[in-house]
Amino acid sequence: MSLTLFEGSEAIAEAAIAAGLRFYAGYPMSPATELLEHLARKLPASGGTCINAATEIEGVNMAMGAAAAGFRAATGSCGQGLALMQEAIAESALNETPLVVFNMARNQQDYFQATRGGGWGDYRTIALAPKDLPEAVELTQLAFHLADLYRVPVIVLGDNLLARTQVSVDVGRRDFGPLPPKDWQLDGTSGGSGKSRQIWTWGAGKHNTPGPGPSVHWARIAEKFDRIAETEMRWEEGFVEDAETVVVAFGTGGKFVEHVVHDLRGQGHRIGFFRPVTLWPFPGEALERATANARRVLVFELNAGQMIDDVRLNVRDRRIVRPIGGVSFDSSGLNLGPLMDATVIRQRILDTLEGATL
Amino acid sequence: MTLIDTRQPPEQASRKVADYKPSLLQSEEHGLCPGCGEPVAIRVVLEVIEELGLAQNNIAVLGHGCYGGFIMLLDVDSTLCLHGRAPATATGIKRMRPDTAVWTLQGDGDMVNEGLAEILHATARGENITCILLNNGVFGDTGGQMTAASVIGQRTKNSIDGRTADDHGYPIAIAELVASLQGSAYVARCSVHNAASIAQTRRCVRKAFQRQTEGQGLSLVEILTMCPTGWFVAPEAGTDYLMESLGKTYPLGEIKDRAAAPAATAE
Ligand SMILES: Cc1ncc(C[n+]2csc(CCOP(=O)(O)OP(=O)(O)O)c2C)c(N)n1
Ligand code: SF4
Ligand SMILES: [Mg+2]
Repeated sequence: MSLTLFEGSEAIAEAAIAAGLRFYAGYPMSPATELLEHLARKLPASGGTCINAATEIEGVNMAMGAAAAGFRAATGSCGQGLALMQEAIAESALNETPLVVFNMARNQQDYFQATRGGGWGDYRTIALAPKDLPEAVELTQLAFHLADLYRVPVIVLGDNLLARTQVSVDVGRRDFGPLPPKDWQLDGTSGGSGKSRQIWTWGAGKHNTPGPGPSVHWARIAEKFDRIAETEMRWEEGFVEDAETVVVAFGTGGKFVEHVVHDLRGQGHRIGFFRPVTLWPFPGEALERATANARRVLVFELNAGQMIDDVRLNVRDRRIVRPIGGVSFDSSGLNLGPLMDATVIRQRILDTLEGATL
Repeated sequence: MTLIDTRQPPEQASRKVADYKPSLLQSEEHGLCPGCGEPVAIRVVLEVIEELGLAQNNIAVLGHGCYGGFIMLLDVDSTLCLHGRAPATATGIKRMRPDTAVWTLQGDGDMVNEGLAEILHATARGENITCILLNNGVFGDTGGQMTAASVIGQRTKNSIDGRTADDHGYPIAIAELVASLQGSAYVARCSVHNAASIAQTRRCVRKAFQRQTEGQGLSLVEILTMCPTGWFVAPEAGTDYLMESLGKTYPLGEIKDRAAAPAATAE
């Protein structure tokens, strides 16, 4: 293992290249811009292609083309830029081109967008939310693996803090096991053979090699996402066995919460934390188990309440569920606002522990 | 003028492209309307690809329009991408497979309306792809509405008394626009309204693919095609209507050719 000091975006670029990224097309938007800048420099040097797309729509469709040709491809942006890509993200789910999308988000107002999506059809998007840079490196590489394994779009949901802080990490290639051959890739060689290949959302196939047609094709894809939901849930938890209070948080917020919970434990509070690593599939059963003995579940997220929907869906009315986050933004560079602060989080937790309603 | 009722699909069984089937078609039974110009244009493209020896070295990217139905008939590795985005999708493919002939098939609605940014930027980048535009001046697939390429005076379902500049602005001549950008290598406007024009289309499509093989930049062949259904005219009236409407606004011919650089002579 060799550690190198990197700015977050650069480490993610390195990790993507180590994972075999060959094509990237992006459009500047802070804090995703630096990823584009690093890849513009590094990707050609490693034999790949990086294009400064004219729009996010163009960028994501280019990446889908490169993926259809059988190469590891990605695009990236944040917020409204990701919104522009929704049609294509859904399309890549339905036409089964493996696509990795980096959302270096500004804060945490992207949860619904990442987990519900805004494209058309019965599709889901695997969404990986790292808590820090070492995990971001790992999940970046995992994203390419999962995209190829299932032929689905995968979102890596980072944030400003991840993108712009410097950390020593090992960006070397991770091995996640064997993958099926890309016997579907468009390489142009099967023209006139009577068995030429096709990538198409409708699943109707060709005259000689008919596909199942849209209903069956889309139903199969929905079943595939059901399988992914069962097998790919990832999470991290701590001190939950005897916890009266479990704090749920994702991404960088999860790391802050973990720190605060450690601290409060040291002072004798029966408190634990739970962090979904895959926002979709949401680790609902694990959360249910982790909160089995708790009296209350607190949800910390830097938005007006998005992940709390998934928490409530799984915890239901067995425990009290309370938001302790909120909209939090500033224009000082990291955009995280006053809430992403251990002292504030700690105080908010303590306030609810002492609160009369609980 | 006889108006055709388009509330129901026409009764006729699907027609053959022609008696002779190019080897890059899996079947000549297509579902397009009688008198449609698109199957004729597509057949020309496939024949050229075969003639140039690219049959086992080409990838097609189709847009959304009636021609999209050919995704099931082309015996070519192909994808039907999102509406308007074919030049972007083709860019990703071509950059990964620079030695493969990559071509797009789009209509005027697909290219000039939804995908204007994609075709212009792909041209500006000098992407080494060949773009085929089937221009019938309407959204044929959705039933004959006005596109950015519909000509002044043209009756469509949402310009029922004819397109006027006051209400709808002016048509975009995409071929000239693409030719004006430095990244284009070859641009021509052709038609399939008679045998001579089809022969000319074949020559232009051939040059377009040759410029790609030579690595000269983006090539575009706009082919004016009949859409009797979308124009509300009888199938046999399509060819005359084409030349009276689109043909008068969009002159046929080669617009730009950055011919192959002469081979360097050994010293
Ligand atoms: C995003 C999106 N918007 C609208 C449509 C509906 N649609 C399908 S085909 C088409 C236009 C076809 O026009 P053109 O490209 O000129 O092809 P033609 O049918 O005339 O050959 C449209 C608007 C779509 N498929 N996707
Ligand atoms: S609507 Fe027009 S373009 Fe579409 S198949 Fe019919 S004639 Fe051809
Ligand atoms: Mg049209």
